[in-house]
Amino acid sequence: MQDVPELVIWIAKIVLIFGGMIATAAIMSLAERKVSAWMQYRYGPNRVGPFGLLQPLADGVKFIFKEELIPAGANKLLFRLAPALAAMPSMLTIAVIPIGTTAVIGGREIPLGIAQLDIGIMYMLAIGGLGVYGVILGGWASNSKYSMLGGLRAAAQMISYELTLILSILAIVALSGSLDLNEIVASQREIGDWNICTPMGVLAFVLFTIASFAETNRHPFDFAECEPELVGGFHTEYSAMRFALYFIGEYCAMTVMSSLNATLFFGGPSVPFMPDAHWALGVLAFLIKAGFFLFLFIWVRWTLPRLRFDQLMRLGWRVMLPLALFNLLATGAWIAFTGDH
Amino acid sequence: MTTTRVFEYAPTAPTLDADDPLHGELLTLNMGPQHPATHGVLRLLITLDGERIVKCDPVVGYLHRGKEKSCETLGWHKFFPHTDRLDYVQPLTNNVGYALAVEQLAGIEAPPRAQVIRVLLMELSRIMAHLIYIGTQSIDLGAVTIFFYSFKERERLYDILDAYTGHRMNNTYVRIGGVYADVESGVESLIEKFLEDFPVALDEIDRLLTRNRIWYDRNRGIGVISREQALASSLTGPVLRGSGVDWDLRRAQPYCGYENYEFEVPVGADGDCYDRYLVRMQEMRESCRIVRQALERLKTTPGEVLIEDRRFVLPPKDLVHSSMEELIFQFKLVTDMRLPRAQCYRGIESSKGELGFFLASDGSSKPLRCHIRAPGLMNIQALPLLAHGRLFSDMVSLIGSLDFVMGEVDR
Repeated sequence: MQDVPELVIWIAKIVLIFGGMIATAAIMSLAERKVSAWMQYRYGPNRVGPFGLLQPLADGVKFIFKEELIPAGANKLLFRLAPALAAMPSMLTIAVIPIGTTAVIGGREIPLGIAQLDIGIMYMLAIGGLGVYGVILGGWASNSKYSMLGGLRAAAQMISYELTLILSILAIVALSGSLDLNEIVASQREIGDWNICTPMGVLAFVLFTIASFAETNRHPFDFAECEPELVGGFHTEYSAMRFALYFIGEYCAMTVMSSLNATLFFGGPSVPFMPDAHWALGVLAFLIKAGFFLFLFIWVRWTLPRLRFDQLMRLGWRVMLPLALFNLLATGAWIAFTGDH
Repeated sequence: MTTTRVFEYAPTAPTLDADDPLHGELLTLNMGPQHPATHGVLRLLITLDGERIVKCDPVVGYLHRGKEKSCETLGWHKFFPHTDRLDYVQPLTNNVGYALAVEQLAGIEAPPRAQVIRVLLMELSRIMAHLIYIGTQSIDLGAVTIFFYSFKERERLYDILDAYTGHRMNNTYVRIGGVYADVESGVESLIEKFLEDFPVALDEIDRLLTRNRIWYDRNRGIGVISREQALASSLTGPVLRGSGVDWDLRRAQPYCGYENYEFEVPVGADGDCYDRYLVRMQEMRESCRIVRQALERLKTTPGEVLIEDRRFVLPPKDLVHSSMEELIFQFKLVTDMRLPRAQCYRGIESSKGELGFFLASDGSSKPLRCHIRAPGLMNIQALPLLAHGRLFSDMVSLIGSLDFVMGEVDR
């Protein structure tokens, strides 16, 4: 193991983590349908494979063979580009999330996470903020009024909620004293050190979770695609693999947000009451935590009605943003008075 | 009281200032006839200023099938199956409405037991129709799961109707002078079981929606229609009662013996979507009460369910096969059943409002004129008024809470 080149390990990590996220997106598309079915006295997909487990594969095959339509009058270049722009950011941001501490394989120490950036969170927010381009360009390029309205709504919403998201994360950065996600994880080794266990952490967690729903365009903030009004929102005119890319992008964004939630507030790979647990156990703990937040996305979607657009903006600017600012201030005061990081 | 006047549009609605550089152009959006939220084939031409509705023109008629003309060419008996297809979420109520009008014209009345059965069927239909409202309103506002909760209950009502009539939809079970067949004890026990379980399910929906903050915000203060406006645009049913007018034909002009049943008529105060929601929820509970009383009454009201008046009522099939006179009656009734030369109007309280049948007879075997007063059509008339100046997202709340079925609107 000691003489394996660094490059091979890197490629292996990229394949595993990136592939794992794509697989999660596929599993989520099935889980969404299965969980909603359980909530609604239905069976959900159960024809393809045992318990419908192969449904995502069947969907993929179907998407590939569907005809791709480009509406007349659409801006062809942007129309083709937009889905890729929507799916890319979330796929890039998974790179900095530590899915485990440090694995020891064959006597060699391998940090679990594709990249160990010391400005990991900055990178995440910068790249993640690009996701709005895919949505607004797709909506505009489709030459459809519904798409355009959906795109505009999504853009306004994502920009407003990004502020809250960043401010709530900043509080955690201040608590942990680092922009490096590995450092943030390292500062939460024991359950008592988890950021959720501080009062500011709780508020930041609530704000972050709500903002992450809005950031990923998920119910109850899914204005971009609210069917009853805007038919399909920004992806009304999309079909086949381009539509699937939007879909995958949404699920990948959910995966990243859930991972981030687990990392920032619940210690990421930290196992409760076992600070010196085996690294594999840590990976499992991380997956369970992230999985719970993924389930939360589904749970909320099939329970709540949808907010109206202006109500969402009011909530974002008048409630969430002041609370996030207050939280940041309180965190600063806490650190100043206790001198505790 | 009955003065008609043109409404002033909502005074708070912003006007477009063409000189303001921040104002762009108006956007005309064609919503429907194929659109997920227009409940069938309603077409709305909406002019938007940003997200705000400046103008809304409903275009009806995409489901026009000439039902009134069909009545005039088919004759009295054969129109029953067509009434099923008016407001197809509650076929039996339409059956009863038409039967009452024809009976009034003929000067006959259904036997007591048939009247009890009619009340039973109409109230079950009311629950069915209101469940559709809850389901579609919640799916439009994003609470998709409630749709399945309400349709699960609706499915049980379909089972009951299936057990009684042999059909799930389009039952055609009411006849001139009564109903086709008696309710059997198996059906009664099905209804009793439903009455036990339904309030529990309704409470669950109630807990999920009524005090839900998002649901409240999406409905409260949206589509406010004042008492005067509601009366002037001849709104009826839950929409009128939501605006605080205590008017229910079951009590104001009783038919089928409704005056003998105990029930409350829920009335709203503000006339917004939320009040209309509350009124409908309460009406379902009241309908359960009426169904319970009707079941009691079935036990104490024996007798025929169809009168034996060979001028208007078809003889039983086995007698047609065995008796010469009955065969002649059958032939005469099917080919040339005549009603007195007169005209009549009969309105009943359907789940949407006053469902009225105007029938004119010139003494021949076919109606001279049949007109159907569809409550849904009147409700759509209120849509431009309510939509003006509201946000585009409110459109779905409005469409849902006005609760129309295009089969009835377009006829």
